[in-house]
Amino acid sequence: MKSCSQARTLYRKMVDSHTVQILDEHNVLLYVDLHLMNEYTSPQAFAGLDAADRAVAVPGAHVAVVDHIIPTHPVTPRIIQDPASALQALNLRRNCERHGITLYDTNDERQGIEHIIAPELGMIRPGMVVLCGDSHTTTYGALGALGFGIGTSEIEHILATQTLVYRVASEMRIRVDGQLPLGASAKDLILHIIGNIGAQGARGYAVEFCGAAIDALSVEARMTLCNMAVEAGARAALIAPDKKTIEYVLARASDIDDDMRDRAVSAWASLFSDENASVEKMFHFEASDVEPQVTWGTSPDQTVGVTRPTPALESISSPMQQEAARRAFQYMGLAPGASLLGLPVQRVFIGSCTNARIEDLRVVAGMVQGRRVAEGVRAMVVPGSGSVRRQAEQEGIADILMVAGFEWRQPGCSMCLAMNDDVLEPQERCASTTNRNFEGRQGRAGRTHLMSPAMAAAAAIAGKIIDVRTLTI
Amino acid sequence: MQALSYIEGVAAPLPIPNLDTDQIMPKQFLKGIDKEGLAEGVLYDFRFDDEGASRPDCVLNQTAYKGADILVGAENFGCGSSREHAVWGLMQFGIKAVIAPSFGEIFYSNAINNRLLVARVSDRDADRITSVIKANPGIAVALDIEALTIAVAEEKMPFQLAPRHRDAFLGGLDMIETTLKETNKIKAFAAEWAAKSPWLDNVGGKVALSENPGKAIS
Repeated sequence: MKSCSQARTLYRKMVDSHTVQILDEHNVLLYVDLHLMNEYTSPQAFAGLDAADRAVAVPGAHVAVVDHIIPTHPVTPRIIQDPASALQALNLRRNCERHGITLYDTNDERQGIEHIIAPELGMIRPGMVVLCGDSHTTTYGALGALGFGIGTSEIEHILATQTLVYRVASEMRIRVDGQLPLGASAKDLILHIIGNIGAQGARGYAVEFCGAAIDALSVEARMTLCNMAVEAGARAALIAPDKKTIEYVLARASDIDDDMRDRAVSAWASLFSDENASVEKMFHFEASDVEPQVTWGTSPDQTVGVTRPTPALESISSPMQQEAARRAFQYMGLAPGASLLGLPVQRVFIGSCTNARIEDLRVVAGMVQGRRVAEGVRAMVVPGSGSVRRQAEQEGIADILMVAGFEWRQPGCSMCLAMNDDVLEPQERCASTTNRNFEGRQGRAGRTHLMSPAMAAAAAIAGKIIDVRTLTI
Repeated sequence: MQALSYIEGVAAPLPIPNLDTDQIMPKQFLKGIDKEGLAEGVLYDFRFDDEGASRPDCVLNQTAYKGADILVGAENFGCGSSREHAVWGLMQFGIKAVIAPSFGEIFYSNAINNRLLVARVSDRDADRITSVIKANPGIAVALDIEALTIAVAEEKMPFQLAPRHRDAFLGGLDMIETTLKETNKIKAFAAEWAAKSPWLDNVGGKVALSENPGKAIS
């Protein structure tokens, strides 16, 4: 391990500050500041704790929310009809009550997707280690927090000890210079990056994003970027906190009083990579190269700029990758080498921890105002949280969406992974603002095309995949 | 947990890169509050067609590979979702080891924590093993966890497993029990850290008690 006196990266500073004990050359016992839980990856962890008659070490360092299985029908109170899912929610409530853990339950007005509510309720702060039994926990790097997904055994370990046996990651820096062109968003940037480095291009690495294009992104857009870093295999994503980050956090973290604020801000000022700190791997991108992206396959790295053709099979050199692409084209009902422009969609889904924040919904409302969802298209907007939903209603966004023919739903993970009753039918094609186009992810034999909120809104209006830049003209 | 030093059995080839945990354990099998009943869900859409009938082209349905103990995968095996159900399901299905050039990070940790052996090999060795078991369906493959070697037919090749993970397999340690022995150290660290960074301490509890959380969303 590198010594503390050398120039250090932001990642190394985060790991060092949370190291309770060095276990061996590669592993440390890492202190966990905050742990988030949902109803489907935590039950067996609580059961394990109970079986061994162990207590929760620090109940105030955990928060739980019902998000993955909750139906999103626009009715109140919200009732989970599916008996197994209802039991998961009930079980989470019992576990939280018994152990004194805060729960944002089914009908709590603050309920929402875990990765949306934690930042918006002011829980995520720079310099924090925050873990969750969900792979998209990388989101919190946007706030200068070290976040990553864990499994259920590790949840149990954190509940019992407030620490994690942590394999320290290799380090990667991704620098993005220049300015994103009109029509391209943080979603397009991260798909562009994943398309270039591959679904395992950052596997085993903690990735720090930097450069002018990253500086220019809003805090919410940075969350979109860091959220999907895991789709390149990244163990974590980080962006050094700046003025925007600190403003975002202080506006929401209502327990940080005036006295604590000055100390916190001064501590956060040290959260950056030292000038001479080295990393194992570096990539460099030009933001001006980023086109609005659409995925064509069943892995997030199978993506193209919307004006470009999908790859011809012969252009893929590795026989195994070629076979994977052939299988993906077949699953998606597409011919290799063709353009995606004009491809009809039956469904549009705007939601998920990637793209269901208020800024995303503002973009969608701006696109669809005065327009109508195309005939034969079912388009849903699932806001990321109760707060986002109320905010959108106050701003008139909800009305614009409903007048345009979108369904305005209640918050939850919904059709990102289709654990509730929002599911694609076989062979239905969906323009989706989510993070995974895996086979069957949104429903058995369903065909997912990942894209930005603006591109998905354009697809809803046109009834087919179009270049968002041609709709705005 | 019991110690485990040697695994031998039938290996099935699954040379699919980026085989994600959504495919290894689809969503409809994630609805329990225990770990039971997950064998049925393993690679469900690979094994069964739209009507729920066995797909004859799936290796796991073919006589020679039925009851496979080992899977030989491709790069980034188990990427995607953190669901540990994928590991529980594979083990309930009878899988004791997965051999692949690389694994999804969370899947890898989950496997280690359940003592599903995840044996990393070179791309070349993964191809070799895949070729041999395809050419000789049902042939035995053996993994020696002490020596970190794989034997198949006349071939022998190394696999990678960190010393810590190897020890976990050989010794059968309870990780939580081990960490709990350091409780005093953890408590001392936590107290010092809370004094230094009070804005990170007990945030879940504090935010719940604070007035009007999330007041400024703009």
